[in-house]
Amino acid sequence: MPQKIINGATLDVNDEGYLTNHAQWTRPIAAALAQELGITLADAHWKVIEFIDKDFKEKGVVPGMRRMNKIGGIPTKDLYALFPDGPIKKAAKTAGYPKPASCV
Amino acid sequence: MSDHPDKIKKVSIIVSRGSLEGVYPGLIMANGARMEGIDDSLFFTFLGLYAVLKKYMGHIKIATVGNTAMRVPDAKGFPLPTFLGALPGMSAFATAMMNKEMAKLNIPPIPEFVEMIHDTGGKLYACKATVDMFHLTKEDFCPQIERVLTVGEFYVLSAGGQIIFT
Repeated sequence: MPQKIINGATLDVNDEGYLTNHAQWTRPIAAALAQELGITLADAHWKVIEFIDKDFKEKGVVPGMRRMNKIGGIPTKDLYALFPDGPIKKAAKTAGYPKPASCV
Repeated sequence: MSDHPDKIKKVSIIVSRGSLEGVYPGLIMANGARMEGIDDSLFFTFLGLYAVLKKYMGHIKIATVGNTAMRVPDAKGFPLPTFLGALPGMSAFATAMMNKEMAKLNIPPIPEFVEMIHDTGGKLYACKATVDMFHLTKEDFCPQIERVLTVGEFYVLSAGGQIIFT
């Protein structure tokens, strides 16, 4: 299994760079992962990450767009502005969760 | 993933059918494209136009007559005989069943889905030939429709991308 080093911590990741062990995830690591995607995390990003975190712990999957809208209260437009070009994938990666496996 | 040289960058999706099973695939592919960072346009033509007509977009149904793939009570059930499919309320019933399954997967109803795709940055267009044929005006369309296009304009707009017909 590939690994990568961020802030001196060794992380287990898959071939696409998604963390495979969420226990290794920390907020500074999230910031570094986002930076790799060209994103500087602000409060609005954290709101998304925190919702994914909460929802994943509840449901065991990364929430889709509609759940982000309806349950998380995050409008589609905002999500695309915060994490451009593939918002759920990028947000899930930053939050230390797997690549979303849903079509919608 | 993101750096693959052959990555699709742009798609134009044509929605030509007006039944539930005719409209959803195009919408799912359009939304899915944006989720992958692919630019997209949706072009609604012929009966597919009903998916973006304010008055009708919320009432799109599954065809239970002449639909040989139709099974009851669920997707692995028995083939639905055409004469039963013709019973009043059959189409509404089948539509309600499918909507329930889709809601479980968090697939939005058509009006909400159209709005969502628009919010993702997807562009929606209506086909001029159909608009003329159906005597439609701007007021008939949902606000997410960018404008009416001729086929020629559609090809210009699709340059450099993939065209998907549904």
